[in-house]
Amino acid sequence: MTTPALNDPDWINGTLTAARPQAVAALLRYFRDLDTAEEAFQEACLRALRTWPMNGPPRDPAAWLILVGRNAALDGVRKRAKHDPLPPDDQLSDLDDAEAPLAERLDNSHYRDDVLRLLFICCHPELPATQQIALALRIVSGLTVKEIARAFLVSEAAMEQRITRAKARIARADVPFEAPGPVERAERLGTVAAMVYLVFNEGYSAGGEPSRAGLCDDAIRLGRLLLRLFPTEPEIMGLLALMLLQHARAAARFDPDGRAILLDRQDRTRWDRERIAEGLALIDKAMRHRRPGAYQIQAAVAGLHSRAATPEETDWVQIDALYAALEFLQPSPVVTLNRAVAVSKVKGAEAALAMIDPLAPRLSSYFHFFGARGAFLLELGRHQEARVAFDRAIALANTPAEAEHIRAQIDLIQSRA
Amino acid sequence: MMYAILCYHEEDVVCSWTQEQDDAVMAKIAVVQERLTKAGKMGASLRLLPTTAATTLRKTQEAPLVIDGPFAETKEQLLGFYLVDAADLDDVLAIVKDLSEVNPGATYEIRPVRAFFPDERVGQKTGT
Repeated sequence: MTTPALNDPDWINGTLTAARPQAVAALLRYFRDLDTAEEAFQEACLRALRTWPMNGPPRDPAAWLILVGRNAALDGVRKRAKHDPLPPDDQLSDLDDAEAPLAERLDNSHYRDDVLRLLFICCHPELPATQQIALALRIVSGLTVKEIARAFLVSEAAMEQRITRAKARIARADVPFEAPGPVERAERLGTVAAMVYLVFNEGYSAGGEPSRAGLCDDAIRLGRLLLRLFPTEPEIMGLLALMLLQHARAAARFDPDGRAILLDRQDRTRWDRERIAEGLALIDKAMRHRRPGAYQIQAAVAGLHSRAATPEETDWVQIDALYAALEFLQPSPVVTLNRAVAVSKVKGAEAALAMIDPLAPRLSSYFHFFGARGAFLLELGRHQEARVAFDRAIALANTPAEAEHIRAQIDLIQSRA
Repeated sequence: MMYAILCYHEEDVVCSWTQEQDDAVMAKIAVVQERLTKAGKMGASLRLLPTTAATTLRKTQEAPLVIDGPFAETKEQLLGFYLVDAADLDDVLAIVKDLSEVNPGATYEIRPVRAFFPDERVGQKTGT
């Protein structure tokens, strides 16, 4: 039975993308080899694209893909051993009726552990972060090597090599295939969450460039996947909320020429209310657990910004308190610097300056340190010193937009001189 | 007669749509809704946030149990619903057929409404 709508290539592609983590993860359990699992899934997708429009989509696409992928890979082995091939493609959808219930039962019980294992493997502690991200985007999210290469501004050959190296390292590392115990699970969950947030930041810091900005959506998708695996974990709620709330500002963060617009100058009517609503709902849920964590606190800060209809309505007292909590949980000079911005709004630039002075040795090559210091000094009318800080900031700027923002403040000093 | 049309879909699939795909589906649904509004059949319609944003309260004990997530773990999730005013089942089925054609993969449950208490705060939006 074929309905025209279900032959929609968008629907088929969406279904294949959605089924990917579960299917690749199950195939990895069968074959215990990433390349084989990936190729098997690829082959199953090709067959789906050929047979679904003809025979109609299977009732359970993931189970279908797992079964067909497994058979295709086994068939490859058999072919090499000169055995019987698979039945022709047009009969493949029938497999669904006979064997899918079994495959489904098998895989629903394994679903959580399968996908976790896949994520844990991508975040193997022996892999550097750059390889973890590349591998997760390739294996779990299903981006092509070309897409990942473009997103990370490296050549396709270089990205191919990065992924190949990561796989080789995993093959050597003798990854255990049994389900991880509770302690290991909790430990590794932190690593996976960090990887997801790194992917997000790659997209977020890309300056609105479309090929890279898509990484934010990929990270949010991975965050949703993670939350479905750990539906009661407040830090995962916090992570997803943080990403949604930050990404909600996407349309307002850059002007038509691609220059960054600071938070207090953004057109807040262009913030995405749907993402904000979801982010705030997740923070509410997370808070009920009374187990605060770094992602939850950062999400709460982002939440306070998104609740303010104008910059003047921002609850800086609360933001100061949240950063104080974050300083306690996860002390770092960058957190203190962020807190100082809130303090400057609550207690004034003098107090903020006193707060960041001790950070100077550790942040001596950090753009935002000198940007903030310059802004505090400017506010206090100490133009000479502000100028010195801004000059240092320009030298350390990571993007033209950052440099331009500082130059605008230097112009302000000159106009006041 | 008033009917609730409950829209079920696989959340995994809907969440894997790109923004463009999602916008395209919503735009097509809006066309159908517009037509129904003009015919005086359209009541409220709403789309729900993903089930990861859901909370469930169960009153099986004193001090009710509040848990994360939806009540039942199913393959398809309730993602939104419509209220329509239709003459009879055939009429509402025709409406649902139109809706289903622009939202591939969705399943619709048609539930005749027993009681309806309209909200008098006309035009108010849910705030965030």
